[in-house]
This record gives sequence, C-alpha cells and structure tokens, in this order.
Amino acid sequence: MTVVNLQDYAGMQPAWCPGCGNFGILSALKKALVDLNIPPYNLLIVSGIGQAGKLPHYMKCNTFNSLHGRAIPVAIGAKMANQELTVIAVGGDGDGYAEGGNHWIHAMRRNHDITYMVHNNQIYALTKGQASPTSDTGFITGTTPEGSPPQINPLALAIAADAAFVARGFAGDVDHLAGLIKQAISHKGFALLDILQPCVSFNHINTYEWYSKRVYKLEEEKKYNPADKTMAFNKSIEWGDRIPIGIVYSKERPVFESTLKALRNIPLVKQPLEPGKIQKLLTDFS
Amino acid sequence: MALDLRIVVGGEAGQGAQTIGFILAKAFARLGCHVFADQDYESRIRGGHNFFRIRVRDSHVSAVSEVIDILVALNRESLSLHCPRLGENGVAIADMNTDPELVRQYGILTVPLSDLAAEKAGNKLMANSVAIGSVMGMLGFNSEILSGVIKDHFQSSAIVENNIKAARAGYDYARQRYDRSSSYDLSSIMRIERMLLNGNESVALGAMAAGCKFLAAYPMTPSTPIIEFMAANAADFATVVIQPEDEIAAIHMAIGAAYSGVRAMTVTSGGGFSLMVEALGLSGMTETPVVIVEGQRAGPAIGLPTRTEQGDLLFAVNASHGEFPRAVFAPSCAEDGFWLTIKAFNMAEKYQIPVIVMTDHHLASSYFTAEKFDLSGVYIDRGLPLSEDEMGKLSEYKRHRITPSGISPRALPMQSHALVVTDSDEHSEAGHIIEDAETRTRMVAKRMKKLEGLRRDMAPPHVFGPKTADISLVGWGSSFGALHEAMGLLRQQGLNINLVHFTEVWPLPAQETTDLLGGDRKIYVAENNATGQFARLLNSETGLKISGTVLKYDGRPFTSQYIIDRLKGMLP
Ligand SMILES: Cc1ncc(C[n+]2csc(CCOP(=O)(O)OP(=O)(O)O)c2C)c(N)n1
Ligand code: SF4
Ligand SMILES: [Mg+2]
Repeated sequence: MTVVNLQDYAGMQPAWCPGCGNFGILSALKKALVDLNIPPYNLLIVSGIGQAGKLPHYMKCNTFNSLHGRAIPVAIGAKMANQELTVIAVGGDGDGYAEGGNHWIHAMRRNHDITYMVHNNQIYALTKGQASPTSDTGFITGTTPEGSPPQINPLALAIAADAAFVARGFAGDVDHLAGLIKQAISHKGFALLDILQPCVSFNHINTYEWYSKRVYKLEEEKKYNPADKTMAFNKSIEWGDRIPIGIVYSKERPVFESTLKALRNIPLVKQPLEPGKIQKLLTDFS
Repeated sequence: MALDLRIVVGGEAGQGAQTIGFILAKAFARLGCHVFADQDYESRIRGGHNFFRIRVRDSHVSAVSEVIDILVALNRESLSLHCPRLGENGVAIADMNTDPELVRQYGILTVPLSDLAAEKAGNKLMANSVAIGSVMGMLGFNSEILSGVIKDHFQSSAIVENNIKAARAGYDYARQRYDRSSSYDLSSIMRIERMLLNGNESVALGAMAAGCKFLAAYPMTPSTPIIEFMAANAADFATVVIQPEDEIAAIHMAIGAAYSGVRAMTVTSGGGFSLMVEALGLSGMTETPVVIVEGQRAGPAIGLPTRTEQGDLLFAVNASHGEFPRAVFAPSCAEDGFWLTIKAFNMAEKYQIPVIVMTDHHLASSYFTAEKFDLSGVYIDRGLPLSEDEMGKLSEYKRHRITPSGISPRALPMQSHALVVTDSDEHSEAGHIIEDAETRTRMVAKRMKKLEGLRRDMAPPHVFGPKTADISLVGWGSSFGALHEAMGLLRQQGLNINLVHFTEVWPLPAQETTDLLGGDRKIYVAENNATGQFARLLNSETGLKISGTVLKYDGRPFTSQYIIDRLKGMLP
C-alpha cells in the first residue's frame, strides 16, 4: 500500500497575501489527506471562484476549478459518475452561500457524499472587499456604504436542511481544523465545513484576534451531543462573544447515490457502452 | 391517387382526444402507412380546447395540413372550430345526442358513442373506443390490427376486453352506415415494420444508444418527456437521472459527470438554456464534453409554453461570453433525432466541446413513423484517449496539451495515476491558472483550432428535388416536412425549385453550401421565427444573397400551403 506524504500534495506557490487565513486551511487539508492516506490520484477537488477557489492550484491532485458558485453541482456530477473518487468542493462564503446558495441547500437535502469546505472570511476578497452574506450586520463596504443587511447563519441553515454533517473550523487552529476535515471526509453524506478564515487585506473587523478571542471547542463541552438536532440548532445560532467550533451536527442518513439502482454495483464510468441494448425498447414503438 | 388522409380528434383537455388520436396513429403505422401526428394543447390540465391531428400517407410525411377529411368531435366546440376546415369529402363524427341544429348545419355523421359503450362494453366511459372503432369502420381498416393496438395500449386485461368490444361496436355501426373505404385506398399499403415515435422519444433513444449514462435535467416543456423516458429506464440501463434544483445545476452536474468520464447530457427549453449559458463556456474552456438538448418553444420569457418556434438558433450559436468551438444540430424528424443525437455525443467527445441538439415543440411532441433503427449502424467515437504509455507518467500529464488538431489526449480521474487538472480561468497546458499574454494566445488558438476538424465532420445540407434549380427553398430543423411538401407541390405546378435543408447548422459547412446554393439562383429561406435567423446566418457565413424569407411566429408549425402562398407572393 502506498504511503502518502505531504510532498505528494505540493502544488504551485500560492498567490495569497502573506498572513492570509487560507494558508492555515491549505496546511490543514494536506495534513488531513496525508493522515487519511488518500493518494492525490484518488482525490478530486472542485472549486468555485474567489481566493478560496484557487486552493486546488496550490495542491497536487485531480482538480476542477469551476465557475463562481458552481463547485457543488460539478462535484456532485463527478461523484455520481465515479463513486470511488473522494470529492471535496471548496469555495468562499460568497461563492457558496450567495451565488451557489441554491445548490448548497439542495445538495444538503439530497445528501450527496461529498465534503464542502467554505472559507468564510465574511467578505468578497478576490473582488477586493464587498459585503458577503456572512458579513457582520451593518458591515460597511464599497457596495454597502449604509451597512450590510443582516447576515445569514450557514450552520443553522444546514441543520434545517438536515445536512449529514455540519461543522465549523478556524483557520488559526490548524490541528483542530485538520481533525475536522478528516471527520468531514470520513462521514458518509454531505459534510459542510464552514471555516472562519481571516482576510488580512479586506476584513479589518473579523481578524485573527477577533476570532481567537471568541472561539471555543465543542468537544470540550461535556454535555454537547451533535446527534441531538435541537441542541445542535441552539448551538448553531450562537454567534457573538462566544463562537463554537467543532462538530455541531452529525447524522447518519442514506446518501443520494445509494438510492439509485444504477449506482448499486460498479461506478458509472466503468459501465460499458452498449448501443444494442436499446433493441428491446424499440419493439414498444412498433 | 396518392393517399393523404387527414384526421382530427378534438375535445376538452382531459376528454381523451390524445388517446384516441394516438391509437389511430399507431394502428395506421402498424399497417405500414407513413404517419405524422401532432397535438395542439393549451398550457392547462383540464378544460380549454385540445386537438390531435393525424396525417396518413403512402410516402414520407412530417407536416400538418390545414384541411380535414375526418373530424372526431368530442364536444361542441370541436365542431364549430374544425368543421369549417373540412375538405371536399370531409366528414365529422360526433355523439348521437349532439344538438340537431349543428348536425344539420355541418352534415354530421352521428354515432351513439356513449350508448354503444354502455351497451356493448358496460361502461359509458369507453365511448372513446367506440369513436376509434367508428373511424376505422368507415375506412374498413383491418380490425385485427386495430384490436392489437388497443390491446397493447391498455395492457390490463379487464379493460382491454371491453375497449375492444366498444371499438368493435363503433366499427360495425360506422361500417354499415358510413362506409368511405373507397375514398381512401389502404389495400395497397405495404406491411413494413415501422416505429411510431415522437421527437423526444427518438432523442432519448439516441442518447441511450450512444451510451449516455448521466442525465441531469429540470422539467420544462417540451423536453420533460425525455427525462421521464430515461428515468423510467435508468435502472435497467445503468443510467443516473437526476432532477436538480435548477438548470444551472443540471448542466454543471452533467459537466462534472463528463469530467469523470461518462457521457452526460442535459435537456431543457429556451428558458432553461438561458440559465445554462455561463456553463456552456465552462464546457468550452475546460474542454469537457456535454450534450444539451434545447427544445425550443415560442419565446421570449415564458412565451407560449406549449407551442412551437425556431427562435433560438442564433442564441444557441452565440450563447455564452467569450469564444470557443461548439456544434449545433437541428434534426428534421424523429429518425433524424435519433441519429443526430448519437452524432452529438461523438462530436462532443471527439472535440471535447458542448454540442447543442435543437428540437422544438413541433418535433419533440409530434409523432413520426420511422423505419426501425438499425442499431448495428450506431457508431461510437469516444475521442482521443491517453495512451497506456502516457498513463504511467503521473507528473507529465497535461490535460490541455497543445496538439496540431487542437485536441488534447483525454485522461480520466482514477483511470491511472495521471492527475486531471482543469480550470475555468485561462490556464496552461497543465490546467493551471495563468495570466500571461503569450499562453493566453496559444490556448485560445488551440481551442479554436478544433473548429477546423469539427467543420469537416459536419454533413453538408440535404438537397431534395434536382441538384440545381432556378429557385432554392432553404430551411433547417423540424420544418422539413412542410418545406419538402411545398417544394413538391410547386414542382408539380411547374416551378423549377428544389429544397436545400440543413440539420447540422453549426459550424455551417460553408464551402459545400456555397457549392450547392451559389450561381444566379434565387434563395428563399423559410423558418419558424420573426427575424429570419437562419437566413442571416447563411448570409454571414457564405455571403450568399437571400432573395426573401417566409416567416411564421404564431406558435404554430408551418403547413405547405402557408409556404406556397407566401412564396408565390414574392416570386417575380
Ligand atoms: C458569475 C460571476 N459573478 C461575479 C464574479 C466576480 N467574483 C469573483 S469572486 C467573487 C466573490 C468572492 O468572494 P468569496 O466567494 O467569498 O471568495 P473569497 O475571494 O472571499 O475567498 C465575485 C463576486 C464572477 N467571477 N462570476
Ligand atoms: S485578499 Fe484576503 S482572502 Fe485574499 S489572499 Fe489576501 S488575505 Fe487572503
Ligand atoms: Mg469570502
């Protein structure tokens, strides 16, 4: 058996700003993949557009850098065609929760077996600092000079859609984040991993310091049970002086792929093409 | 005298005009006739007025006619709407208890439809089968074939028996009283095995024959039946059919599946296609094959949801920002829909591009006879794979390698250790994001280079009538039937005219087209839209001068008479 090491995943030199939270996420992801011993050729990362969307270029694996907001449907299509692939979709908060919001909700509802990592910097960074759906309420940017409208809560939304796995990580705690990524990948079904990601260039409010002061780990809460939906929902709406990180909600649910007869046996991509097979249907037409 | 029998069955939505019409059409097809049938319905589930039209001929037919020979009227409105279009020997059949005033006015042949149903089949609701029998009784149609079709249609044995009885009752009643068999000679029809299928079914069968393993599509008239047909067969054919949240998801899922290596498709109408256009460019840029079926309906916006138009041609040819190669096909009938859909998958994979198959409501929902598809003729071209030798060299695989043809050898994820890297950003041969001018120029040129091969693979237009003529009628896609008929009738009237018809519309085979249409002939383009889109495309691609256009944009398909009347008005 091949043993995967960090070097296997070494990609291009990142073009992110020095100090960007994305570096922590990149390290955590590589670490998780190495720990899970997933070789690069068995992994597909599909990304959207934004600073987060560039991540796969800084890795070395199968990569599909898609359009803004569209990582999820591309990832789902790729997964359904070849269930043997480990599929991770990656994007920013604007990418996933705004432009791709509809895909995100329905992917959770149907429960496709992919991992979705959202680099949530509460800002549109690649386009140089406009409000995102997770920007703090009242956040002033060039496009929202009178303040950003109320922010959405991705975790609460995910629980409402009954996502199989809902977690929050922090780019400033790489080891903890790597652990969450491992669990997200290992969990059967749609795993949402919202990652607090400081953007040092455009978000001067929600900084490393701001997050560090607030985050606390759910696994350190003795009585917390992520299988309890009500408890999870209550926890998901906690955002202020204290911000929980860790697994918020986790549930075993049949994955969409397992409900399709066509996917019971071998992956779709290994099915032979047999033009003659429609012969039996033709008789219905005469 | 050539056979041309035109039947209309009219009624309210929910009354069963469609079932009656379909069973009649199928029976004629089984006898060996050429049949064309279409339905005209409103975008509602009950009420309104629906009608089903059938044309039966002894040679190819794929167009509607304005004249009616036999009308089956299920309600009063059908009589007032359709009786004025009865031809010279035309007759209307209606139930016995129709208003005597109307019976006199239109000379209606009454049949106790419900009474016979109640009496012979024990169920008034089988009146429609009595109506079917009545039409066939008038024609002296082979009753064994008719019973066979009814049997296949109703399947469950209890109702089959009674429906056959009801049809028999209508048959005998009409045969005794209203025999018209001498006017329509069905005895000389050759018993050839023909299929009766609509454009949607042919496209679905084509996709399945081509090995399409993945369909993601959001319901929209007229293409929804393709989804339902493939979904019904998905388990047997190891095909994934998924109805996602919207058309944007649909096409992206198909692109994702194709990236993994399966043949993938999405189907929609103009509105859904409008939502897909950004992804069309994603397919072009990432060189991921995808097939899109665009069932046109009368637009813009919601337009006329259940009606036809050829209004999306230039949109399909130009959709999405930026420049990249694509192919656009427009089948002329059901048979064509089958073979062109297969070709669409081949071209998509060979050139790693999006391919659009344009149907429209008329083609998608109308029934055509076709000779049984010979599956041994299905050819599959999966394009340029990565060689075994190359697969071993993990780090060297370049998904977008520049080659003389512009086509890069295609590897699939997990097929080997080769990593498949692609990007919607402009990218290097290795698939990674770049911004420099030199790479950009080379990559655009590489992608556009594929157009040269693609153009060579496009079939030239089909010519009907003499190869050269003073006048060429030109058309594309589903309006073929009416154009072909118009050309034939005009030739009978002494006009030196031919038909040049396109089904592989983009990239337009410019040289062959100029060879066929050049010289000092007059060119008239007939199409189902308001602005003469194909005429403009033809002119811009070839420089040929178009003498005039015959246009129709009322949501209804062409008839040959419509074309003849307009054309005659333009001829010198
Ligand atoms: C259809 C479309 N609309 C807009 C854009 C421009 N755009 C690129 S990235 C982006 C937002 C980026 O924000 P986010 O998704 O949060 O990613 P980040 O850069 O913050 O990581 C926008 C609006 C685009 N590329 N495509
Ligand atoms: S702009 Fe922000 S998100 Fe983008 S690289 Fe710089 S710090 Fe990171
Ligand atoms: Mg962001």
